[in-house]
Amino acid sequence: MSEETRAAPGAGSGPRLSRRRLFGLAGAGTAGVLAGGGVGFLLGDSVAEAGGPGGPGGRTGGAGYGDLAAATEFDGAHQAGIVTPAQDRLHFAAFDIVTDDRTELQAMLQEWTAAARRMTRGEAAGEGGAIPEVAESPPDDTGEALDLPASGLTITVGFGPGMFVGPGGADRFGLAARKPEALEDFPAFPGDTLRPEISSGDLCIQACAHDPQVAVHAVRNLARIGFGVVSVRWSQLGFGRTSSTSVGQQTPRNLFGFKDGTNNLKAEAGSALEDNVWVQSGDGPEWLTGGSYVVSRRIAMTIETWDRTSLVEQEQIIGRTKREGAPLGTGEEFDPVDLTAASISENAHIRLANPNSNEGSALLRRGYSFVDGTTELGRLDAGLFFLAYQRDPRTGFIRVQRNLRTDLMNEYIRHTSSAIFACPPGVDGPDDYWGRALFD
Amino acid sequence: MTRNLLVRLGLTATAGALVLAGCSGGGSGGGGAAGGEAGLIAVAASDDSCDVDVAELPAGTHTFAVTNNGNRVTEFYVYAEGDRVMGEVENIAPGLTRELIVELAAGDYQTACKPGMIGDGIRNDLTVTGEAERLTEDELLAQATEDYSRYVQSQTVALTEKNDEFVAAILAGDIPGAKALFPVARTYWERIEPVAEIFGDLDPAIDGREGDQAEGEEFTGWHRLEYDLWVLGDVSQSGPIAEKLQVDVAEVVELANTTELSPIQLANGAKELLDEIATGKITGEEDRYSHTDLWDFAANLEGSEAAVQALRPALEERDPELVVALDTEFADATAALEVHRSGDGWQFHDQLSADQLQALSDAINALAEEVSQVAGVIAG
Repeated sequence: MSEETRAAPGAGSGPRLSRRRLFGLAGAGTAGVLAGGGVGFLLGDSVAEAGGPGGPGGRTGGAGYGDLAAATEFDGAHQAGIVTPAQDRLHFAAFDIVTDDRTELQAMLQEWTAAARRMTRGEAAGEGGAIPEVAESPPDDTGEALDLPASGLTITVGFGPGMFVGPGGADRFGLAARKPEALEDFPAFPGDTLRPEISSGDLCIQACAHDPQVAVHAVRNLARIGFGVVSVRWSQLGFGRTSSTSVGQQTPRNLFGFKDGTNNLKAEAGSALEDNVWVQSGDGPEWLTGGSYVVSRRIAMTIETWDRTSLVEQEQIIGRTKREGAPLGTGEEFDPVDLTAASISENAHIRLANPNSNEGSALLRRGYSFVDGTTELGRLDAGLFFLAYQRDPRTGFIRVQRNLRTDLMNEYIRHTSSAIFACPPGVDGPDDYWGRALFD
Repeated sequence: MTRNLLVRLGLTATAGALVLAGCSGGGSGGGGAAGGEAGLIAVAASDDSCDVDVAELPAGTHTFAVTNNGNRVTEFYVYAEGDRVMGEVENIAPGLTRELIVELAAGDYQTACKPGMIGDGIRNDLTVTGEAERLTEDELLAQATEDYSRYVQSQTVALTEKNDEFVAAILAGDIPGAKALFPVARTYWERIEPVAEIFGDLDPAIDGREGDQAEGEEFTGWHRLEYDLWVLGDVSQSGPIAEKLQVDVAEVVELANTTELSPIQLANGAKELLDEIATGKITGEEDRYSHTDLWDFAANLEGSEAAVQALRPALEERDPELVVALDTEFADATAALEVHRSGDGWQFHDQLSADQLQALSDAINALAEEVSQVAGVIAG
């Protein structure tokens, strides 16, 4: 293993630099990817030393990676990973808080924020890097993202109901009075087949990147930092985005083979984002202003029965054509959905999910396809890990999900996991951290 | 399917059947052909025999009078090739005689008694000779929907009877009796579920599972009573639910008997029944308290086969290879289920291992892939 680290700026940069150069020259055997990574890291380190990513010549670096290698800005009014154009891969993790000590929890969030800031730049999770000076020490970074560029990584944190109120209504960390009213476990929805062991959680991390290993690396290192304070409750990998969150992105297809997220709320939606995604001042406790609520639902698809459903029935269930993704009765994908059109069946998915069928509620969806191997029946354990961001789940997901009770698609899906988290606003510079306003 | 357009010549033996099922209590059959020129054909059924008076008949309308001399409830079927149901009487209790009126064209048939109402039954060959009508393709499809309508009618008669017994057991507080009748009454529903599901509001009220209800809707129907029987072990408060079930079933029966499915609906219904097995029964979702999922499994499979076989003459015209594949896969799936027979019923879902469930799942997947082709062939 080379020492081609995601080391923090300044951590023994002299000798490492020379070794990197050596590697760069000797790395011919491992082809362009590694070599490209090497170049990227050289660029990245120099940029970091010059004051951070996003500047001129920022980490858009590694040869052959193109834009997919670039770093995403970490700081901002809102957390990254929400309206950020959806990356291709996901690792989502939910945690239980295992400490009773508020200070420990607060300190961990500070450490998490610092580590996330570094990792989104393509650097190591800890300042010591993956290859410590003292070989007797375990590395500060687990190392699997060595040589990989930032890959568009975003790390988004959310706080679950259990962080505010424990079992029996206990005020675990003196935060109960600051719990937003909307942050409540969901009522049971028709057709729920939830598995409690992969549902809910006190905290969540959504890591999205164009490289699955970079996303996994982020969750793994944050979980490691959290030992003793939090414990991973469940986690979910997603291998392909099922939503566009920017008009510049092509609409992807989900595992039903249909384009998904054509009418999604997108980064360019302007004031609609204020209305539907970002918590506004006065909505609830002030610490959450500029944040959002994320709902996660693991939706298993009964792939085998879907696949033997006729094309016409599939299209009637969805309400769109399979080829173009056009609303039935129209010609093109982005033609408006006409809810008076007889061509779209009464219980078609796009009719029931449409904002106009839900008193205007719109969600910003950010879901991913998953295949978690096979079930014990030898069927693909596959589906869509649904993620949706909204200003208020009561007028967002809950309203829409209730309206989907008669969705024709329900025959082919099973919701197996469910969770809700309140995502605090973004952080503002190295002294800030996730949830600071909550603890202040 | 141009190939099929070219092959419009007459069909083989099994065409042109008209089936009327009736019971001696004076019932649902109707139609002036009753009695027929050939007179009554006596069938003596017992727990291990099925003696049919004749082995050969002239083409035409015939009435079978089936007497159950055994100790188990039985059924009597007349099958054309591929176990296409030409006519059947369900639920013949010990000591009863029931009649089946059926019009048979020339061809090779089988009769079957099914003591305990399960399995392939005790078979006898029946040869019909004489003039055979030749039907056009359109007539074949029209025939298919008529045949299937009669199948639905025979099922709804038995559904009403068995469900009445089930409701009576609940009202009498007879928990063991109600538990035994629960999967049996459901059998007739599960065989024709695609028809029942057409009537939107009734299906959830009769067959909805806990948690499927909209806000403010009550959890009613069979699965509510299943919960009372198996989980609570107390039906003292179940009377109103049972009575509502009886009313709802009566309503669905009336609607079902006035509804005729199109050939495409028939084909899709056959597929949907298998999807029901794949998603609801093999997973144990359907009967989560009683674990009687394999009764539903068997009924769905039988119902699917009945729908496919109603289309058989048309399929033989259009795609004989598909008919062969369907026969093979139906036989394989039936055999895979047969392994789990237990007495007059089936093993409980929670007695099956993961490997055994996977074997069933694989058999249904293989069958359903073939059945899913039927609608396209019919539409083509």
